[in-house]
Amino acid sequence: MSPSSDKSRVDHAGGAELFLERAEHLAFHDRRLWELREKRDQQMHGIPEFQELRELASAIKEHTLAKLPEYLEMFERNALANGIHVHWAQDGEEHNRIVLDILRSRNARTVVKSKSMVTEECDMRPWLQARQVEVLETDVGEQIQQFDDEMPSHIVVPAVHKLVRDVAKTFSQAYGTDDGERDVTQLVAAQRRGTRPVILRADAGMTGANFLVAETGAVVVCTNEGNADLSANVPALHIVSTGIEKLVPRAADLAVFIRLLSRSALGSPITQYTTQFRGPRDGGEMHVILVDNGRATRLGMVDFWRSLKCIRCGACMNTCPVYRRSGGLSYGGVYAGPIGAIIQPTFDPDKFSALPFASTLNGSCTNVCPVKIDIHDQLYKWRRIIAEKHYLPFVKREALRMAGRLMARPKLFRAAMKGGNAVLKGLPRFAIYNWLNPWGRHREVPAPPVETFHDWYLRNRKPQTRDRGQPDKGQPDQGDRR
Amino acid sequence: MRIGLAIPCFIDAFHPEVGIATLELLERLGQDVTYPLSQTCCGQPMANNGCNGDAAGAEALFVRNFAEFDAVVMPSASCVHHIRAHLDAIPETPAVRHVRDRTYELVEFLHDVLQVDAFPWARFPHRVGLHNGCGALRALRTASMSELGEPFFSKPKALLEKVSGIEFVVPERADECCGFGGTFSVSEDAVSARMGHDKVWRHFQAGASYVVSADSSCMMHQQGCAERAKLKLKFVHIAEILNGRGA
Repeated sequence: MSPSSDKSRVDHAGGAELFLERAEHLAFHDRRLWELREKRDQQMHGIPEFQELRELASAIKEHTLAKLPEYLEMFERNALANGIHVHWAQDGEEHNRIVLDILRSRNARTVVKSKSMVTEECDMRPWLQARQVEVLETDVGEQIQQFDDEMPSHIVVPAVHKLVRDVAKTFSQAYGTDDGERDVTQLVAAQRRGTRPVILRADAGMTGANFLVAETGAVVVCTNEGNADLSANVPALHIVSTGIEKLVPRAADLAVFIRLLSRSALGSPITQYTTQFRGPRDGGEMHVILVDNGRATRLGMVDFWRSLKCIRCGACMNTCPVYRRSGGLSYGGVYAGPIGAIIQPTFDPDKFSALPFASTLNGSCTNVCPVKIDIHDQLYKWRRIIAEKHYLPFVKREALRMAGRLMARPKLFRAAMKGGNAVLKGLPRFAIYNWLNPWGRHREVPAPPVETFHDWYLRNRKPQTRDRGQPDKGQPDQGDRR
Repeated sequence: MRIGLAIPCFIDAFHPEVGIATLELLERLGQDVTYPLSQTCCGQPMANNGCNGDAAGAEALFVRNFAEFDAVVMPSASCVHHIRAHLDAIPETPAVRHVRDRTYELVEFLHDVLQVDAFPWARFPHRVGLHNGCGALRALRTASMSELGEPFFSKPKALLEKVSGIEFVVPERADECCGFGGTFSVSEDAVSARMGHDKVWRHFQAGASYVVSADSSCMMHQQGCAERAKLKLKFVHIAEILNGRGA
């Protein structure tokens, strides 16, 4: 890939900087998400077997993924027996097409839907709207994002990067409320008054799925607003969009995941509404669309398949010090934060090549993940792939290549430490200094000491008579060859 | 036991006092310490950025320098983590395996290997906030991690508690990353600095006069933030305190 493809690459640092300029938003975002992390910790302390649950959840998911075709077929069989229509979609386009076909065959023109990350992957809403289907998000946060024409910035709290006053402005246009309204209860009430009638007259309802139970053919949906239950139950037509990795083998396995999901996500013991849809409601019709959209490929990636264990709780985002200070939109994709930084490159490693570097590799994400995804190890591995594929920015790559050469050659290294500019001749110094320059924008540069440790040692300790780093006879130090 | 002293490149260049304190401390404890003169770097900066091939020369040199020692001690957790977990740009010969197995971060070495029970020469009558770098905390596990809810332990604190006069303060979000992150500090400088400023402010608010850490890279970054914010905070490496600085 040529450097000209830089233009299409997500610039996380640039997006983060825009977010950081908005001090009030930044402060709220960081505080609110850290609160969620703290509440999650309290829940963890309340359950002595919390770490055991994580182990179990991880093992169940790994087992299920290892036998995914069997469990998918088992789910299909049982769902069909329950009277559910089952569809298979290879990618977003096929998924959207299936949805449209179902809607058209039932003359459905209006759809209410609850939050679903997979429909975001498929970019479904605009696609349907362009085909004369009216779609309304019923989750408050997701609806704010719809009205503002933005992607969700967080998996669980999609508008967490906004303040009350931003929402007031959006709702004043959508619902005619006072744009000076600062009472959250009033704003939510207005949203409810505006949304309920749409739900009542909608031709179809769509939901995602948190879990699919293979042995019962049930679709499990967990929400706090109850909007998924309304979307699924009020219209006669219910369409479920779900990734193929959402399976668990048995209903009993749900106990492990339901206990972990909301505790990890919001620090509450359970979601307000946890519903198992076993079949269509009386007089209704229910469809499940099983979406691959890159998941089968990911399952074959030896270093990255474990990311499919994700139950979309957002705990890694809440704990991530980088995410909290850069906002979800800076990640430029459907999935933000640490989980986004390992999933998005599976869709397009060039476009999302900055994301694995939007991390200090501090490892907190891995520690909070309820299904024990090795997130920060995967970030590290993605960096290697991105470097190997030559997606690193040119100047950074050159700087590291030069550093590597210098570090392999003790004499050159010493000369460079003494400021021996001669040894640096011919190397793109200006570029490297430019690259290191940002250090001083918000921080003081460390004052160089009078002497290096190396020089102090030479002055104060008797140098060793023999040094393993020097070349032995017959073993030329390739490092010092020019 | 023959100990090889490995001094990370940024300590050599910017914080020689940390190298000196590490050497003097090990000598005070009766150890036979050698600093091989041809050392440069462990390879971490290249490898952490995905350029593993570019780390090969530095890694080979590191192994050549330290293969003959019974133990290698480094006052930097992220370097030790690189050597243990990621030094794989060169074939794993017995010498490479030996070095990877026998390289210790200073705090672990003092706490686990030497099991030092007193620093009679050390006195530090100040209020300190302890910063555990993420390499020390979550990779080398020298202290308990808040995310796991495990019983409290802290090897650096256990050592510092043997220093007379020292008083600890605990900042909010004590084990949140400070934002250094190697090249992250320049490629994502705005976020990195924001994290650093938040970190030093919390130490200051907790009443710390000194921030102490086993990781000079975190300290270099935090000190830069504190100086820019004109916060009255001083930064000191744990080796300096244990070696008797301020006594």
